[in-house]
Amino acid sequence: MISAAPFSFLNSTITLGVRMPLSWLVLIVFALAAVGYFLGRSRALAGAGGNSRDLHSLPSYYGANVLMKIIVPAFGIMVIWLLAQPLIIDRTVASMIPASEIDEGASIGLVMAEVNRTAEGIRNAVADGTMSREMAEDGRADVAEFTQRLKDAGQIVTSNLSGTVILAAQRTNELVASGTLLMTILVLAVSAAGLAWGVVETKPLFRARNVVERGIRALLIAAASIAILTTIGIILSLVFNTVEFFRLYNAWDFLFGVEWAPSFSGRGGSSSLGVIPLLWGTFYISIVALAVAIPVGLFAAIYLSEYASPKVRAFAKPMLEILAGIPTIVYGLFALLTVGPLLVDIFGEGGWLGVNWQGGGRAVMTAGIVMGIMLIPFVSSLSDDIINAVPQSLRDGSYGLGATRSETIRQVIIPAALPGIVGAILLAASRAIGETMIVVLGAGAAARLSLNPFEAMTTVTAKIVSQLTGDSDFASPEALVAFALGMTLFILTLCLNVVALYIVRKYREQYD
Amino acid sequence: MYDAPTNLETAVTQNDIKISADNVQVHYGDTHAIKDVSVEIEDKTVTAFIGPSGCGKSTFLRTLNRMNDTIDICRVTGNILLDGEDIYDPKVDPVQLRAKVGMVFQKPNPFPKSIYDNIAYGPRIHGLANSKADLDVIVEKSLRRGAIWNEVKDRLHAPGTGLSGGQQQRLCIARAVATEPEVLLMDEPCSALDPIATAQVEELIDELRKSYSVVIVTHSMQQAARVSQKTAFFHLGNLVEYDDTSKIFTNPKDERTESYITGRIG
Repeated sequence: MISAAPFSFLNSTITLGVRMPLSWLVLIVFALAAVGYFLGRSRALAGAGGNSRDLHSLPSYYGANVLMKIIVPAFGIMVIWLLAQPLIIDRTVASMIPASEIDEGASIGLVMAEVNRTAEGIRNAVADGTMSREMAEDGRADVAEFTQRLKDAGQIVTSNLSGTVILAAQRTNELVASGTLLMTILVLAVSAAGLAWGVVETKPLFRARNVVERGIRALLIAAASIAILTTIGIILSLVFNTVEFFRLYNAWDFLFGVEWAPSFSGRGGSSSLGVIPLLWGTFYISIVALAVAIPVGLFAAIYLSEYASPKVRAFAKPMLEILAGIPTIVYGLFALLTVGPLLVDIFGEGGWLGVNWQGGGRAVMTAGIVMGIMLIPFVSSLSDDIINAVPQSLRDGSYGLGATRSETIRQVIIPAALPGIVGAILLAASRAIGETMIVVLGAGAAARLSLNPFEAMTTVTAKIVSQLTGDSDFASPEALVAFALGMTLFILTLCLNVVALYIVRKYREQYD
Repeated sequence: MYDAPTNLETAVTQNDIKISADNVQVHYGDTHAIKDVSVEIEDKTVTAFIGPSGCGKSTFLRTLNRMNDTIDICRVTGNILLDGEDIYDPKVDPVQLRAKVGMVFQKPNPFPKSIYDNIAYGPRIHGLANSKADLDVIVEKSLRRGAIWNEVKDRLHAPGTGLSGGQQQRLCIARAVATEPEVLLMDEPCSALDPIATAQVEELIDELRKSYSVVIVTHSMQQAARVSQKTAFFHLGNLVEYDDTSKIFTNPKDERTESYITGRIG
């Protein structure tokens, strides 16, 4: 309702009276900034009598200083204004609408959405000439005719607008027009003031370089804070929705329930949403994956760093890293079409072993093995770097005592590199826990508590997908549980990463 | 000018030949690093290799226990005999050879293990100890010979990397001694140490001479004069002069040797 407004507003014209698109305002500020740059530059040079050696900074810094003083406040005001204006207008207009206008079962939000649509429709109709400006602003215009004009202009499709909505839409347009005019004036005034300030400030001994340096620092800080704030935002959205979920569903039942059986009837109350089977599936598949990835990846890393000749290494390492570039959905297909049927041929009914353990291609083993293959380059590449970081002097020391290569690796290099290798493995584990596509295609969707690795199971991530795909009502526990699952997963991988980083840091400098 | 040992002429000369190198050439890729070096290293003697940086003394030292084998582009030709056996013969296992010809490096390089495990490393991989008690004996003996026993006997299970630089280097010497080598090669063992630690290591080297043939590469001519009985002067990959230390430092035959020891070149 509210969220659509800023975007439509940006695209539309600024006012009904002064028809100036927002992009013009931006261009004008940029033009002012360019003028400011050259003014600042030339004024600095002139002040030094044309000799740039007498200036404190290079002439371009004086220019950049003026430019900064125009652009930063102008765009700052513009952005804040554009974010705040729709909110304020919405609130003002919403107070105009009487409670009687709101239909049974609807909310004020729905009416406001219609008001905003109508307001935009009026603006567009005026823009293409279907409606006169007088009519658009006339508060006593005939409701039926007004609606017909808008329909003719192709702007609305609803049957008949009520008088209140039209009045509200007209009021909205009025407020938008005056608000935008005010903003334009303010932005232009601020840029002009910035220009004046920057130019007046420009004297040969003014430390423009330091000011620009501070500006650049502020820019970098802003970039870093956006990354951090986004992370916090993501966590908060998870937290709020999780809290919402726990209001509807018992936390104890969620955390320790051993049955996962969501109902989608929408009646609620009949779902069992226990996380244990999903956590078990996640854990089991990750263990299988790590059992594949750790030995293969580690041995590959040892071969590459200790035995391979430079030529082999130059060829093999990029080849191994190509594995890391394969999209996980492709691994999923590999699991579904190749590994699953192959495992059935071996362990299934009438298979080579004749054991009849595996019913279908989708199983913990299928997903685990393929996920392990996916993690091999992850483990090997990190471990290879870590093994290479073990100082050559330790190898020399060991060889100098008459140790063979494998003795040196087992007794000196691996112990020295162990903390790093453990860190690499834990990072790989947190990837395994977060993996989705391979599980969806390779392990199936049945939430089950079983020890048999040849049975289909599913993981937390795969269930998050299935709870949120299709029509989901975000007020039901069946949909909200996805956020609780996401939170669980987030906490799990966070703990793993913290432990990994702690281990890596604690032992890192032991051999320096 | 240097406090060269005075009465050494009698101390040397009558020892057996331990290592005999004949026409040794070493190439690193296209670089001819060692040119036609022939030298005879005596048993129970400290032999010093001196010369300016890049003259090939370390390279030559590393050919004596085939440490250069670990460098792919390195090629060695010529004969090096240890007790009359060619160490570059295909029948010789370089791993076995390195157990007999131990090495101590320029920078102390204790393994990131306990002091005890550092010393026990060699004996364990070569099966020198039959029991834990045997190993304890070897460790104590080696640490005593490394002149570091008194400093570490109460913390044998503390990490070797936690010792001071001089202690680490003596630990590395003790570690090399623990495998009972016949020859001990030392590649600038004191260059990372302060004068006090250097004095301790030099004292140790003199002690080791009683049982081993010690070859030491050094940048310090004073050190060569203090610890060695024989000195070889290398210059640009050539062995310029090899003689009793006292003769090299008092009466060098070659002009280049004299220039180097008097500080005119190098």
